[in-house]
Amino acid sequence: MPEDLNTPGVEIPPELRGTVTLTTIDRIYNWGRRSSVWPVMFGLACCAIEMICTAASRFDFSRFGMEVMRPSPRQADLLLVSGTVTKKMLPQIVRLYNQMAEPRYVVAMGACASGGGPFKEGYNVVPGIDRYLPVDVYIPGCPPTPQALLNGLITLQKKIDNQSIKDLSWYSKTPDNGIPVPVFGPDIIDPRQNALIFDITHRPVDIAVESESAEKTSGEEA
Amino acid sequence: MYGKGIIKGMGVTLKRFIDTYVDDLKRGKKRYHTAEGIAYRSSAEVSGAFTIQYPEEKALLPEEFRFIPFLVYDVEPDGTKKDRCTACGICAKVCPPQCIWIVRATDPQTGKPSPVSVDFYVDVDICMNCGLCAEFCPFDSIKMDHDYEIAVYDRMKYNIYDKEKLSKSASYYASIRPVNYAREEKARAEAEAAKAARKKAV
Amino acid sequence: MSDIAQATTVPTLEERFSGKLIPETRSGYQGYIVKSENLIEVATTLRDELGYDYLSSVTAVDYLPEDILEVVYHFYKSTGGGALVLKVQTPRNASVVSSLTPLFPGAEFQEREVWDLLGVRFDGHPDLRRILTWEGFAGHPLRKDWKEPFYEGDVKPYDSRWPAGHISRAEDNNPFGSNVQYPQGFDPAAWVAEGDDALYRIMKKAEPDSDAEHLGSEQIIVNFGPQHPSTHGVFRMVVSLDGETIVDLKPVMGYLHRNHEKIAERNTFLMNMPFTDRLDYICSMSNNFGYALAVEKLLNIQVPERAEYIRVIMAELTRLSNHMIAIGTLLNDMGAYFTPMLYYLEERELILDIFEAVSGSRMMCNYFRFGGVVRDLPDGILEKIKPLVFDRFPRTIDELDVYLTQNEVVRARCEGVGVLTPDQAIAFSAAGPTLRASGVPYDIRRADPYSIYDRFDFDVVVGYHGDVYDRYLVRMEEMRQSIRIIQQAVNTIPEGPILQGAPKYQFRVPAGEAYGRVEGPKGELGFYVISNGKGNPWRYHVRAPSFINVTPLTEMCRGGKVADAIITLGSIDIVLGETDR
Repeated sequence: MPEDLNTPGVEIPPELRGTVTLTTIDRIYNWGRRSSVWPVMFGLACCAIEMICTAASRFDFSRFGMEVMRPSPRQADLLLVSGTVTKKMLPQIVRLYNQMAEPRYVVAMGACASGGGPFKEGYNVVPGIDRYLPVDVYIPGCPPTPQALLNGLITLQKKIDNQSIKDLSWYSKTPDNGIPVPVFGPDIIDPRQNALIFDITHRPVDIAVESESAEKTSGEEA
Repeated sequence: MYGKGIIKGMGVTLKRFIDTYVDDLKRGKKRYHTAEGIAYRSSAEVSGAFTIQYPEEKALLPEEFRFIPFLVYDVEPDGTKKDRCTACGICAKVCPPQCIWIVRATDPQTGKPSPVSVDFYVDVDICMNCGLCAEFCPFDSIKMDHDYEIAVYDRMKYNIYDKEKLSKSASYYASIRPVNYAREEKARAEAEAAKAARKKAV
Repeated sequence: MSDIAQATTVPTLEERFSGKLIPETRSGYQGYIVKSENLIEVATTLRDELGYDYLSSVTAVDYLPEDILEVVYHFYKSTGGGALVLKVQTPRNASVVSSLTPLFPGAEFQEREVWDLLGVRFDGHPDLRRILTWEGFAGHPLRKDWKEPFYEGDVKPYDSRWPAGHISRAEDNNPFGSNVQYPQGFDPAAWVAEGDDALYRIMKKAEPDSDAEHLGSEQIIVNFGPQHPSTHGVFRMVVSLDGETIVDLKPVMGYLHRNHEKIAERNTFLMNMPFTDRLDYICSMSNNFGYALAVEKLLNIQVPERAEYIRVIMAELTRLSNHMIAIGTLLNDMGAYFTPMLYYLEERELILDIFEAVSGSRMMCNYFRFGGVVRDLPDGILEKIKPLVFDRFPRTIDELDVYLTQNEVVRARCEGVGVLTPDQAIAFSAAGPTLRASGVPYDIRRADPYSIYDRFDFDVVVGYHGDVYDRYLVRMEEMRQSIRIIQQAVNTIPEGPILQGAPKYQFRVPAGEAYGRVEGPKGELGFYVISNGKGNPWRYHVRAPSFINVTPLTEMCRGGKVADAIITLGSIDIVLGETDR
């Protein structure tokens, strides 16, 4: 058992050392989870090729327990969003996230998944998957080299190490209904923004133009 | 015989399987966690386990490797930092996704633009690591970094790099790109010598 | 090349179609202008009597100042030679053109794309639906007067970056905090999304089995993807099944539509180079090559010798790297989960090391420039390439050949599956190994040579059965031919400059159009670039082999089993970055 699991801060009497080990639930629970994070076999674009190279023999990520890439989100722990998130693909990604069983993590790999990347100005591109999903780790790069991706996964493992069962959202009393799936309209519609969309599209046109230019300078809007 | 193809194929996999252990035994302790081991496992003669065990071993990065840009400052003999950047704006103009923002300083007395940048931002969530900024900088002041270990938990706080975070010393630049650094220093020295010669002639 | 084609056929064509073919008069442009009502007749004669049976590219251009939407067709002869360009000009507000799909089935998806992005209606098209965006999307995005939600300016560089570059995130400037815009008066709560009913309704159903009328049976429509372990990216196939047999198959794409062409109109010519890396993201050097050829035609500059040799070496290394992944993923699809893929990826890593040393990045090389390459080969890199190409790759490819080619399982699964006859291949505008495995010896490096390929000794690899096994064999042998070319190039590379002129970032490209194409690893990769004399392209279109090679997928899979459809898709070797752009 690794050294740091063995130091819960409680003194073990000398006669029991070597026979009994004490640890905390948090430490062992986190150790179990961080050593076997199973990603969903889900690659969107160029970053997916670097992810495949990370899974291949040179930068093996089975050394971290992650080689079991499951095609089904029900059996996976990690949604590694690798590649540009487009509006057409977005409902599928949100559905996949909703279908994943907890504990689940999301890593935004690459510039496109973090913040839209070089394609941010496109009309079919979502400027970062964190508009819709809660992201745990962002890995910049275009594409991040396999070593950068491994560094990002190690960062995720460090995050898991510092989590505590008491604070985790999936053991809280409030139900998690998942994220509402976006709808294909004249542009992609986030159901959480329905009221805002109605409000802005029903303003009389001249006021809308004035307020939009006001927004550009003040940079504020709900 | 039906099945001959499969059996021959399995002979290939068996050979590779055995090669893994043969190579480990042949090279012994030197195969892992040493620089020569990494160099061997990245070369054309490699046979056996091909893995480079990040994070204990890091694959060698060639000099031209590019990730996120950084700004170079020279350190004067008395210890002050002197930025090479003159806020000319060429990198901001040439960047394909337009992820560089530069605020050029104005001289407080004359009101004219002065060749210093007040603010310099690179949005790392947009940067496509293309290297065009470094390629066209006339003052050798923005170069592509080798540091790829920049994963973060919160992009809103960390992923816009300001001038402070981007600035690294010229000695760091020389350590990651020695051949380029030597060539640029030579060109700079020649330009200085030519300028001095012209001054003398005048 | 196109000058040669025009010079020999101008008398024939003009005589033939007196009055119907009007030669182009705009300077820098080639080809003929045809009226929509004469298009079918002209195209039929071109195909049947003049031998122009390969319709390579169908695209359209929005000339807003002249109020014209122009549809451009590039015809080639499958026996080789230059292009014959036809154009149909229509008014922007009522753009209708006769569809060429009944004559050239390969135009099907390309015409759908033109309808989707530019709004040209095609009369007689069997299934004119949007292909890259979704049904219900507002507007035709590639039109010049359609502004995207994060629109900042018509052309880059934007003034807001320097000298007073007050940084802001683009999403903070949009009232929705994201890259969206809605029409005035839109009510999201009342919106009913169209969904896929239109698609499911047009799927063919199986004939009911007359013997088994008393048995209850059901037609099933199954969606493969877009998230699926074997679809090579985000690609979706809607399949109508009768038991395990496929009755109809419709591909759905656009899940990775990254608006490359719209972004390219905002970029300067040089800024587009790193974006071309991301088209076929496994073969970035080839993409760079095609784009550089197209713009060099417009700029009319020569490339120095050493740069040509470097380009050829990089392009052929890219072909090796791509075929390794193609065969590896094909074997993955067959169920040999990952072992052959791992062996091929090991070899590919060695090639990527070379790309990293030469250009700075494993995959997004951004190495070519207009007039050469960006920097010379680093010292010692040829000594690294030589042992790979003379010793290691021939040895490992032979070893992997022994491992896989005569394997009884591979043969049983691949022979006779996904057959594409030569006539179908030409009619569907298939390209690359898909075309050559069907018996058509069309390789652009020989048919319409570019760069210095005419100096090298190599064979064009052809298969005659048109099935998955032949495509696999063609790729294996093409790897060997690529190694042959690299061996010759590495031995004869001269010293010299690697870029014509000084490095520039601003190019005033003379007005005109150019179509630059290369034999990419997946097929004919073409770049249709139009310049209006300024520093940004007016129109930029990518003729993507992956997009067009998917057109015969329905034909190849009909009547086969589900598992066969998977490996047929794998054998066409698509990459979604290119299919969807």
